[in-house]
Amino acid sequence: MEVIRCDVVVVGGGGAGLRAAIAAAEADPTLRLALVSKVVPMRSHTVAAEGGSAGVIRGDDSLDQHFEDTVSGGDWLCDQDAVQYFVEHCTEEMVQLERWGCPWSRQDDGRVNVRFFGGMKVQRTWFAADKSGFHMLHTLFQTSLRYPSIRRYDEFFVAELLVEDGRVQGVLALQIATGQPVLFACSAVVLCTGGAGRVYRQNTNAGIVTGDGMGLAYRHGVALRDMEFVQYHPTALPGTGILITEGCRGEGAILVNRHGHRYLQDYGLGPPEPWPRAKAMELGPRDRLSQAFWHEERKGHTLDTPQGAAVHLDLRHLGAQKIHERLPLITEMARTFAGVDPVSAPIPVRPAVHYTMGGIACNRHTETALPGLYAAGECASVGIHGANRLGSNSLAEIVVFGKVAGLQAAACARQQPVPAVPQRQAEAAAATLLALRGREHGERVATLRDELGDCMEAGVGIFRDESGMRAACDKIAQLRERWRAGVRLDDRSRVFNTEWLSAIELGFMLEVAEAMAHAALARRESRGAHVRMDGYGARDDANFLAHSLAWRQGDGPPRISHAPVHITRLPPQARHYGGAGDKAVLT
Amino acid sequence: MHTRQIEIECLRYDPERDEAPRWQSWQVPFSDDMSVLQGLQYIKDHLDGSLSFRWSCRMAICGSCGHMLNGEPRLSCQAFLRDYFPAKLRVEPLQHFPILRDLVVDQSAFLDKLASVKPWLIPKPNPAPADEAQRQTPRQMAKYYAYSQCINCLLCYAACPQVGLDSGFTGPAALALLHRYNADSRDAGWDQRREVLNAEQGVWGCTLVGYCSEVCPKGVDPAHAINQNKVNSTLDYFGLLRLMMPRGGDT
Repeated sequence: MEVIRCDVVVVGGGGAGLRAAIAAAEADPTLRLALVSKVVPMRSHTVAAEGGSAGVIRGDDSLDQHFEDTVSGGDWLCDQDAVQYFVEHCTEEMVQLERWGCPWSRQDDGRVNVRFFGGMKVQRTWFAADKSGFHMLHTLFQTSLRYPSIRRYDEFFVAELLVEDGRVQGVLALQIATGQPVLFACSAVVLCTGGAGRVYRQNTNAGIVTGDGMGLAYRHGVALRDMEFVQYHPTALPGTGILITEGCRGEGAILVNRHGHRYLQDYGLGPPEPWPRAKAMELGPRDRLSQAFWHEERKGHTLDTPQGAAVHLDLRHLGAQKIHERLPLITEMARTFAGVDPVSAPIPVRPAVHYTMGGIACNRHTETALPGLYAAGECASVGIHGANRLGSNSLAEIVVFGKVAGLQAAACARQQPVPAVPQRQAEAAAATLLALRGREHGERVATLRDELGDCMEAGVGIFRDESGMRAACDKIAQLRERWRAGVRLDDRSRVFNTEWLSAIELGFMLEVAEAMAHAALARRESRGAHVRMDGYGARDDANFLAHSLAWRQGDGPPRISHAPVHITRLPPQARHYGGAGDKAVLT
Repeated sequence: MHTRQIEIECLRYDPERDEAPRWQSWQVPFSDDMSVLQGLQYIKDHLDGSLSFRWSCRMAICGSCGHMLNGEPRLSCQAFLRDYFPAKLRVEPLQHFPILRDLVVDQSAFLDKLASVKPWLIPKPNPAPADEAQRQTPRQMAKYYAYSQCINCLLCYAACPQVGLDSGFTGPAALALLHRYNADSRDAGWDQRREVLNAEQGVWGCTLVGYCSEVCPKGVDPAHAINQNKVNSTLDYFGLLRLMMPRGGDT
């Protein structure tokens, strides 16, 4: 087996992975860094983020306000020490991106402009039109090319962590172009593999968002934290789930039901005027908006489209010039994928799974419980999102904590003696993977994957109850058993065998989904994105102001435990949105 | 919702089994809203799991799923089966690239070309403190903004006849990216990029066909970037550019 010796392996080439690699390269140019990704970095899902990234910059804003918006948005499940570090470092990272060339949208005098997002007291979202993630990712990727110590391994699929003497000492990857296993021996590993939205049927995520990194850590005894909190983005295209950015509402777009009624006023987010107004109506948080849609659908107030129920996102009053300048991608996508020009007609939208608030449990220094293993970005649970992420905090998170992870891993690698090559584990793992490729009997990957997606939508969706969640848990247990019994591949060749990769990904997806379903079942309250209809409709701070931790138990269901939340200065309160307020002046 | 069936014919090639690429076709049920990518996914999920192709975002921003569709370079997620029906649809890997497997091409040479133009901001001595964002007016941004929209989907390389004739040609997307940084008021890297720009395989490799800009799904117009730089390159040759060419910081 080919062995590549290096100091730090960064798994994933999205925004967090690139930022981690750059930070490590700057910290110590003599470190040998391997950036290992299953796609070429600019294909990573960061590219699809639209609306923007948070960073306090206006005179009428403050770090305290960003802190409070984040903690209340997360329904008090945020670790406040992590949130404090986060809000203190967002703006410098936005400035750093600007210094690297990111084309942030500007005001007429050349200063960076910011826009509103949901749940925000003051405009705080740095944006590059509606392609913020695209520009951040390409800026980071292009900047990373400056650093000769960052060695890229594009299209290498990391399938296993190699752990010896209680430390991570490498990863086993499959070179997709050849199908050959490759052993990366190293002192530190940073997981930046993104979320797991693809475990649901209807989602805004790219096909690659399959929870691989979460699965890798979970299989080695690291807990997955707060997995029951899955964010439904309120505005995605019905059918495909393609994202229509919250930036639309940040620019003043409204949501109406089939009667043309701004229905959010009926769900504690009104009154509708004056509009726009911070933290009210369409600028409420994502959990509340997605829940309101669900009620509207039950009441029969939604529109029927060939792809299912929808409401209308109306941008027309913004005018053609603003729509084209601020929302060019949305315009293009609405035309291509919904056949609608937002200048002259409303866009049909509905909620779709968008983001996993939870992830690999780590502290605010991105350290996991497994020595040598760090995690950053959507795959990680560093503790800033709580029960509901605020829009535009995730793009900021990938750079703020990507940098932390890179620095931590670099420091770890400098202190750690070069480990022995974990050859034995690598060979065992490679044998299992190769056996999977050879199977001629069993079910199709797509069959199991689609059944998983449907069962998660049905049982662990926007609203949940005991029997539905139990059914999902049972179904996933059964799907895991069927996966172990073997999936049949049509493709047994070595070169670029994507069916084989999808079978491996499905293994990760099933385990991550199982952690979500069981963590949800164990949370007998409603908080943020986890809302129950079976007598646990209220937040229960006495019993559940606590993180959930899912611990893998082999082939059986996970064990769920709970751990305290770090609360430093903002004690739990009721979440308030809507109410009276001043009309906001949009820049 | 599936109402009609379309024949999709794909080029197949497994280097370990096939001496040469071959064709294989399938009948695929489709509805009006189905993209070509969804057609390929239908084949992979239900008919033949061995068909290999790249895809990811399915919303025309990641740049993974470029193929030749009836001979034309397109993003598969952005093209719809209804527009090819009732004729059959032929899907091939992007031309001018080596085929790795089925519809998957080797993009490593492109990635090397991209790196060769030094596509990062080379800052000029700047009075603004490092912890502050620099100013850049919308007018200054407009000079490079369109060229920063490239998603590296490779369609322009498949379209460019010069890439087909000379695989060493730096090519449309990389040269457009070079121009993106040279035209940025915050950048002072012109001198460091001039060698690549002025080379035989730089802007002078282009023969003004313009098909690259036609197929670009993001309106980048690499042909315009390249030909603007032929002027720059000429002026540079005669030493005039330094005197005439406003760049970096002009308003």
